[in-house]
Amino acid sequence: MDRKTVFKVRDIVFCYGKNRALDNLSLTIEQGKFYGIVGPNGCGKTTFLDLLIQNKAPESGTIKYLGRDIKEYTRRKLAKEIALVPQDFYINFPFSVKEIVLMGRHPHIPRFASPSTEDLKIVDEIMEKMEINRFKDKYITELSGGEKQRVVFARALAQDTPVLILDEGTSNMDIQYTLNILDIVADGVRLKKRTVIAALHNLNLAAAYCDELIFMKSGRMVSGGNIDDVLNEQNVKDVFKVESRIYFDRYSNSKQVVFKRGASV
Amino acid sequence: MTKKDGFAPSASMRVGGQTLLLAVFLFIVVILSTGMGYLKISPFEVIRIIVSKITGNHELLNGIDTVFPYVVSEVRLPRILTAAIVGAGLSIAGAIFQGILLNPLADPYTLGISAGAAFGASIALLLDITFLGIYSVPLFAFIGAVATLFAVMFLSSFNGQASSHTLILSGIIVAAILSAGISFLKYVADEQVSIIIFWLMGSFGSKTWADVFLTLVFVSIGFSICIFFARDLNIMSLGDRSAGSLGIETNKVRVILLITASLITAVCVSVSGIIGFVGLIIPHLMRFFVGPDNRRLIPASVLVGAILLLCADTITRAVLPREIPIGVLTALIGGPFFCYIFRKRRIGRTDG
Repeated sequence: MDRKTVFKVRDIVFCYGKNRALDNLSLTIEQGKFYGIVGPNGCGKTTFLDLLIQNKAPESGTIKYLGRDIKEYTRRKLAKEIALVPQDFYINFPFSVKEIVLMGRHPHIPRFASPSTEDLKIVDEIMEKMEINRFKDKYITELSGGEKQRVVFARALAQDTPVLILDEGTSNMDIQYTLNILDIVADGVRLKKRTVIAALHNLNLAAAYCDELIFMKSGRMVSGGNIDDVLNEQNVKDVFKVESRIYFDRYSNSKQVVFKRGASV
Repeated sequence: MTKKDGFAPSASMRVGGQTLLLAVFLFIVVILSTGMGYLKISPFEVIRIIVSKITGNHELLNGIDTVFPYVVSEVRLPRILTAAIVGAGLSIAGAIFQGILLNPLADPYTLGISAGAAFGASIALLLDITFLGIYSVPLFAFIGAVATLFAVMFLSSFNGQASSHTLILSGIIVAAILSAGISFLKYVADEQVSIIIFWLMGSFGSKTWADVFLTLVFVSIGFSICIFFARDLNIMSLGDRSAGSLGIETNKVRVILLITASLITAVCVSVSGIIGFVGLIIPHLMRFFVGPDNRRLIPASVLVGAILLLCADTITRAVLPREIPIGVLTALIGGPFFCYIFRKRRIGRTDG
């Protein structure tokens, strides 16, 4: 099947001072696939995602979104295309949960207009799917960490964009809600041809949900491609410096990675 | 859709109704305050005097003591209106600073603007600068405030970005330096120090229509700009990264609102000295009543700020036996009141 190229990244370099966070990174993202980016802390995952949403600009190299240089898009235009679930956040003001999720519709609502019935419907549906409906009138400041994270996820889903970027958005959540959300996200990929790029810490979650996997280390892509090809013990050892065994598991219908005590390299 | 939510037409009509009610209340307070003081003037006489001034119909003045029109239009009304407008201005500035700095406890003076204005005014008072007549001190106060704003912005920007944390820190540093400077000026002033001290404590005495006009222009323009970006400010409370991903140009909005709120503050401080607590308490309080949505918070803060500062000034002018400087009064009343609401809200909250 001929898939549209969503992102074309060529030789991007980004430095924090003297530290080369991204070192001539090149890759291609195709439409309608669930990409997982894995790598140790400091490998450049978050920086890379920042460049994709135009939060930062590369020092050299190009990023093309849908064939055009990403610099040609204004932030407002890009907000209708790409949504971000950030890693951490704190909100100091007592907005209600519903108000926060409704903020996800901001790029679609003209400046002085009120939300339309369509906007409100989308918000309600997402809150119901994510099971946060029951506290929609509660203040965001009163929620637990995991509950807040779900609200932030709902906000990004309400943005209803063709591309969704997750920066470790599930670290604080109970496994029940983590699976619930990743299922919703995977449905979006399958049914709406959404493109998802997720930075994940949990290799097995990545294995269960992702179509493609990108291994990053020291600002470069070590290996990338179809998960069946790329998820192997050698790559895990190269990137994470641990021994592992990888086998196909019937229950999860995917490869799974297992570790052993006392086996760090 | 049967459930009413905050965006259904009936709810926004309710908010509009509340705003109208507050506006009417403000009008009533203005009229009543104008009648209070050493010379008691009835509200109806006040209204007749005002209408006669506007329409030029002198027949309305029949039966009113001849000195009253002068007292109303040249002495009291300018002072009262200035107090209301300054109250409104400081409240808007407070709401904006709280929104930009992501801190419900910020106020217009967090970034050292008041220290800058105080420093400028102190210099003018110390050196007895009068080349612009009564506008000399306000002008120097204004210049001081604006210079401080730019110093703080310059200090806190890295790669053209100024985050809320660096702004607060820079503001604290600059304010500390200016505070020391003011103390030095007070020391140098020797016996003249009381002039500086009294200016700093704030006053609406002897305000003229020029003051009314000046503050009204700045506060109105500032208000319009702030309302324009109100929704952006709401979304910026999610943090820069999220707000950016929703299409907000956070840096541009932050700078525009920062300058707008600082200019409003600078004008208010240069006209009336340092009046504390208003910019902190009013938006903070109104957030409990109308919520954190700036589209509702800012208009509510404007009206309540105007009413409260006006009442405070009327109390010190017409009720208290001796006129206490308004800055002292707002701190004396505002401080304990703030402690009270702060305590009351904290009980029962589980989060930080």
